[in-house]
Amino acid sequence: MNAVNPLPSSERLFISGNEAVARGAWGAGCKVMAAYPGTPSTEILEYASRLPEMYSEWSVNEKVSLEVAIGASLAGSRALCAMKHVGLNVASDALMTQTLIGVSGGLVIAVADDVGLSSSQNEQDSRFWGRFAHVPVLEPADAQEAYDMTRFAFDLSEQFDTPVILRMTTRICHVKGVVTTRERRPFNSGVGFEKDPSRLVMTPTNARPRIPLMFEREKALQRFSESCELNSIREGSDKRVGFVTSGPVFMHLLEAFPDAPVLKLGLSYPPPMETIRAFSQQVEALVIAEEVEPILETEVKAAGMLQAHGKDILPRIGELAPHVLRPAIAALLGEPVEAEAVPKPSLKDVPEVPVPPPAPGSSLFPRPPTMCVACPHLGIYYCLSKIRNKAISGDIGCYTLGAGHPWNALDTTICMGASMGVALGLDKGRTEVDKEQKVIAVIGDSTFMHMGLQGLLDITYNRGNVTILLLDNRAVGMTGGQDNPGSGRNIHGEESLRINFRTMCEALGVKPERIHEVNPYELPTLFKALREEVKINDTSVIITNQPCVLVDFYAAKPPLTVDDDKCTGCKNCLDIGCPAIYVTRRETVVKPNGKEKELAFVRIESGACTGCDLCPKTCGPEAIIPVANFIRQ
Amino acid sequence: MSDNSVTNILVAGIGGQGVMTAAEVLSQTALNQGYDVKKTEVAGMAQRGGVVTSHVRFGERVLSPAIPPGEVDILVGFEPAEALRWCSHLRADGVAMVSTTRQEPPVVSFGLYDYPEDPVGQMRKAGIDLHAFDAGAIAAALGNLKLVNTVMLGAISEYLPFSADTLKNVILDRFRQYKPKLVEINEQAFEAGRKAQAAG
Repeated sequence: MNAVNPLPSSERLFISGNEAVARGAWGAGCKVMAAYPGTPSTEILEYASRLPEMYSEWSVNEKVSLEVAIGASLAGSRALCAMKHVGLNVASDALMTQTLIGVSGGLVIAVADDVGLSSSQNEQDSRFWGRFAHVPVLEPADAQEAYDMTRFAFDLSEQFDTPVILRMTTRICHVKGVVTTRERRPFNSGVGFEKDPSRLVMTPTNARPRIPLMFEREKALQRFSESCELNSIREGSDKRVGFVTSGPVFMHLLEAFPDAPVLKLGLSYPPPMETIRAFSQQVEALVIAEEVEPILETEVKAAGMLQAHGKDILPRIGELAPHVLRPAIAALLGEPVEAEAVPKPSLKDVPEVPVPPPAPGSSLFPRPPTMCVACPHLGIYYCLSKIRNKAISGDIGCYTLGAGHPWNALDTTICMGASMGVALGLDKGRTEVDKEQKVIAVIGDSTFMHMGLQGLLDITYNRGNVTILLLDNRAVGMTGGQDNPGSGRNIHGEESLRINFRTMCEALGVKPERIHEVNPYELPTLFKALREEVKINDTSVIITNQPCVLVDFYAAKPPLTVDDDKCTGCKNCLDIGCPAIYVTRRETVVKPNGKEKELAFVRIESGACTGCDLCPKTCGPEAIIPVANFIRQ
Repeated sequence: MSDNSVTNILVAGIGGQGVMTAAEVLSQTALNQGYDVKKTEVAGMAQRGGVVTSHVRFGERVLSPAIPPGEVDILVGFEPAEALRWCSHLRADGVAMVSTTRQEPPVVSFGLYDYPEDPVGQMRKAGIDLHAFDAGAIAAALGNLKLVNTVMLGAISEYLPFSADTLKNVILDRFRQYKPKLVEINEQAFEAGRKAQAAG
């Protein structure tokens, strides 16, 4: 929800890489920016939405965001779409043919790799897409470069008639640095949309002759790469090791080896192989330092530089931070290093980033992310945890946390929308032992609209016996509560479409009597709906309809507290999993039948509690009561 | 400070405690002093009770944005166990400023893990130059728990390569701009942190 502000043309700013991309695009005269939120790329569009005179949108998924950008490019304007690494998997269908078409206005795909998996289901190297789609890849090393390269990317795109991938990583996206901006370039004027079916209608007949053109373009880019000023050598006096690198690793190398020669590739694909060859002859040992896959290393070796080092000495997972690089290079040079400090390139033993500190503090409890206090998902997982003999396919979002303690009520997480298809597969593929198993799918509103709709259609079309929990919390929760077609607001917070999920599910073939809209804080109603629907051999959808606690219109109620005199230590309230409930003491008692029972007495952190009233519903002795005379700060 | 005259500050705590704001204020102050600055931002999962750290680095020129382990000059621990988690990243001559207000995560409350008996004692035993005080109690006494942030900044203000008042003015200017009613109470919080550090 971002108001548009006026902006001076040139300033010195302290901004993140994500903001630098937004500013860079704006400065390059970009007219259309589109994205689906995804860590670590989300803020690119959040910042873009605050910049004047530029169209920005939350798209329903990354493929659509790329298609919107393609359309804007064909209309003659500069356009950028932004996504996290896995988003480009979704958008790749459009990319793989767009590369044959080329561009009218500059077209930039900003893709952010989550190196180190801080908030993702996998760790992919988006540089592969440059090879696969035959498009150039730019890799900034800090926020200033993110700004400069974004601007450069549009020029490169128009010069070579190609989409351009701007490959970011978490260390670029989420690091603030000093950025000097330049004067803004005007929007493209030119001839506008030009009809040209031989180029824009990719039938086999039209596509076939475009393929050689794409390869010619790639060769031209290869030549350009050899002379491009983004590919340059930082000279160094200590020539025992020379590094070829790209992205944030450049800064890590400068920090760790201030005297080493470094060939930095800003335009990392196509790589300037002759420049690399010449560089390799100036140094005693050549090390390719790349996050994360040995892509360039393989190509360098294929070009005959078999002596090059890379993943034989550096880890293939996570960041190549100075403390990872130093011992690896010391070992290569035969210098003494502490044995445990050497990063091991095998998959099993790669050090975590950040490196877990040794004692003291090494055996500390973890502090994993939790569901929020009063989250509407708490009641849902409480109910799910009480259902017996079930298989629950989950999806991407906060509700993935339902796999953890105390609910343990989520069995699979793969990718956006996968809960639907996986549930149908669990149903159709069940063996005799699982004959009575209840198949349940859990998906959030935004994920459902992103990629779940087709999955649901597949379930209804193929008559699946699946109970779907559609958790409509009216926000993209995990990335910070962005708007979507379910929230009724656009990226600027302006009133917009609010989709009706019941109608949508009906349109996708779910019988009206199999659709229930339930308030997830009303546990008996939710539990009843769930228990009944899992017994029925049909496709059912239970839509929960309470908002995420992080959205601005969430209404907190007076908090609750525990009456110590009434608390019996039964622990039922702990099954809700609310992080505002704390155990104060534990006791073991012997029951009349001789069995031991563990009791846990609790308190509620009233400063955090928003009075959602879930936990009192689990409390037999009615020990959970409103705080007396409460005034919220 | 570090060999290459870069000052490294690691701010550690839990989502919602104001770690990011403290890092932002430190960065802004360093920028005003003409330093090159880099600061990591943590987003996404941070909102959900997870560990939050921010690396603030400033000097003539800052290269890598990540402070290498063992090169932290000042550790600002908003929570004692989180300070313990990161204390091994301190330089031998680094200093730790630790709030003793404990925040147990649900995994401890559920009985899956234990909270360390005496995190501050463990750090002292390891020979760390450490100042510990209850920033939560100071903030509560001033009437607003959100002041913890300013208390902690006050506490480290004597250890920076610029004057305590420089830092204080950046904090107060932010409030003057957005919430002028809170200027006075933040000044009190800053001074209380300064005093607590000296005593802790």
